[in-house]
Amino acid sequence: MYKIVRRKALRPTVTQLEIEAPLVARKAKPGQFIILRVNEEGERIPLTVAGVNPEEGTVKIIFQVVGATTELLNHVPEGGYLQDFVGPLGNATETEGINKVCIVGGGVGCAIAMPVAQEFHRLGADVTSIIGFRSEDLVILEDEFNECSNKLIVMTDDGTYGRQGNVTVPLDEMLSAGEKFDMIITIGPLVMMKFVTLTAKKYDAPITVSMSPIMIDGTGMCGGCRLTLNTEEGPKMKFACVDGPDFNGYEVDFDEAISRGRMYFDYERHAYEETCNLFRQAENA
Amino acid sequence: MALNPKKHEMPAQDPQVRAHNFDEVALGYTEEMAVSEAQRCLNCKNKPCVAGCPVNVNIPDFIMKIKEKDYEGAYQIINKTSTLPAVCGRVCPQETQCEAKCTMGIKFEPVGIGRLERYVADWHNENATEKAVAPESNGHKVAVVGSGPSGLTCAGDLAKKGYKVSVFEALHTAGGVLVYGIPEFRLPKAIVAREVEGLKDLGVDVETNVIIGKTLTVDELFDMGYEAVFIGSGAGLPSFMNIPGESLKGVYSANEYLTRSNLMKAFRDDPKTPIMKGGNVAVVGGGNVAMDAARTALRLGADHVYIVYRRSMEELPARAEEVEHAKEEGIDFRLLNNPVEILGYNNPDDPRDPKNGFVTGIRCIRMELGEPDASGRRRPVPIEGSEFELDVDAVIMAIGTSPNPLIKNTTAGLEVNRRGGIVVNEDGLTSREAVYAGGDAVTGAATVISAMGAGKLAAASIDKYLSSK
Repeated sequence: MYKIVRRKALRPTVTQLEIEAPLVARKAKPGQFIILRVNEEGERIPLTVAGVNPEEGTVKIIFQVVGATTELLNHVPEGGYLQDFVGPLGNATETEGINKVCIVGGGVGCAIAMPVAQEFHRLGADVTSIIGFRSEDLVILEDEFNECSNKLIVMTDDGTYGRQGNVTVPLDEMLSAGEKFDMIITIGPLVMMKFVTLTAKKYDAPITVSMSPIMIDGTGMCGGCRLTLNTEEGPKMKFACVDGPDFNGYEVDFDEAISRGRMYFDYERHAYEETCNLFRQAENA
Repeated sequence: MALNPKKHEMPAQDPQVRAHNFDEVALGYTEEMAVSEAQRCLNCKNKPCVAGCPVNVNIPDFIMKIKEKDYEGAYQIINKTSTLPAVCGRVCPQETQCEAKCTMGIKFEPVGIGRLERYVADWHNENATEKAVAPESNGHKVAVVGSGPSGLTCAGDLAKKGYKVSVFEALHTAGGVLVYGIPEFRLPKAIVAREVEGLKDLGVDVETNVIIGKTLTVDELFDMGYEAVFIGSGAGLPSFMNIPGESLKGVYSANEYLTRSNLMKAFRDDPKTPIMKGGNVAVVGGGNVAMDAARTALRLGADHVYIVYRRSMEELPARAEEVEHAKEEGIDFRLLNNPVEILGYNNPDDPRDPKNGFVTGIRCIRMELGEPDASGRRRPVPIEGSEFELDVDAVIMAIGTSPNPLIKNTTAGLEVNRRGGIVVNEDGLTSREAVYAGGDAVTGAATVISAMGAGKLAAASIDKYLSSK
């Protein structure tokens, strides 16, 4: 069992947990993820590491309530326990030779982008961060990004906070103005990453995308997380858990990944509604 | 008394009934059947069956104990050499091992050794009251990577000799393939759990949620005071055919499909982990894993399940009993067929059509057998122009695995072969001092009992190494 040492609601549906997992805390690097199960009956869900405290032996995760398991996770109190917590999984984000970086995060993906931005900052790189959210009430981690970025742009789709528009707008502006980045790193919803990649492509700018497909074990065993890279030698199947989660954005078949991500859409929506109903009943009782 | 030329039939659930439930198919001998079957053993001097067993269970001796109705005595004989009798009695391919060598088998059917082993193990689990006791410690610490059949066997053998053994398991439940791979209807998980508990009684420490190669490395295990390491990390990454359509929704690796059902309990009525149920299902492959996947699909409510295998029944590698059971349950064997493409739904007028991207069928080509290949089996050759389509909603690829790179990539000096399997010598020793390996991580996908044999060999080698240090 893994104790939730601290719990903080960043937003009504976005929560930060610090979990006691000393072995993971000692090893995890920015870009890597963990897999957890809330209880004995629960499903395994991957979540990216949002920070670690090796001295204290804790791992930070940030999640948005999007389905049954995250709803359940959001109901575990501080001091409570998670059934399973394993990691770190996947490869750390490549930082070698990158002195000027643009981090483009979307929604709760910003929680994953944050430690990556912090790592580049720590290594002395010039960090530009563009973080985008649907609306003002979903904006998270602005202060944290401010601390580790030379330049920060906050975007909201509806213009209720920061600039109005999506994250590709300022990226396109910078690239068209001749700004050069050693690497653009984007983390967020697949559709957003697809369009950030298309924007980068217009200017031949190198881009890394962080993929988070459906997976079970996270060690390469199930192959559920497979995706297709369209490489110069033709299409190649890769497993996000052992080959990624970071990939060259130019090569990723986003449409396929988007389609695969919706495999259990009906099931998930139903399970989410059921879980919400259970909690509502419990609250009313 | 005249000898019965045939072995006692194994009582089993009716095929029509069992095709719709996950309860164990084979029900086990009654005491009367077990004693009567034991009487078929000739107790011959040269004991060829023992040589046929990868862990050399003293088969005639335990059968003699059954004749005497001393079932605990029989269990103790098996337990001397085998760590997992209740498992082996169920999943070993006896027909190619002990029973293939049985003297009775020359003229008649061999003795039902596997069935007797299962009887004895189940008797013990139901009736034995004394727990195993941890022997006095010899002060040596050994780490075992993976809690599948090779790891559990290695851990058990070392623990019995007084070693302090820690088993590290990547998943949340111990048992490896016995838990995530082999379905409940063939090997109830309660039996695996009991075997693991038995090891804990012997003083073995089982740490779940630790991935060696990620959470800890092999070198760190030595830093932590372990004096030897056994790697039994299992089969690894599922293979795909590299044909169009393998990324469609509804295409699974057998590993994923079975893990969802077995480990994550997607077979239950209200599962927390989803799996596609119903419709028509094609399973590609002819091994035990393919049989398990096909029979799982049936039990999950599939209307029709095909096994698509490119060779003929003669080359089909699955255990005979599994093939028989699958046929009885109505699995449709499409032999000498090879998939060339998986077909999917695509509505060009509506890119948001929710059916887009789901499997609708599989295109196969008929094969014929040509000259023998490197494996000695006749090579299947496609018959030109013979393509046809099967309407299916899901495709499960059960065509093998390739070794997991996590340990190799994080262990300097660990030699692997061209296929990625860990290289070991005749003692199970790798290219690294004090690091041993066995099971599928070495051989690629094989059987539970051969993995147990490798775990046993490594345990003996580790004992020899550490006691001479």
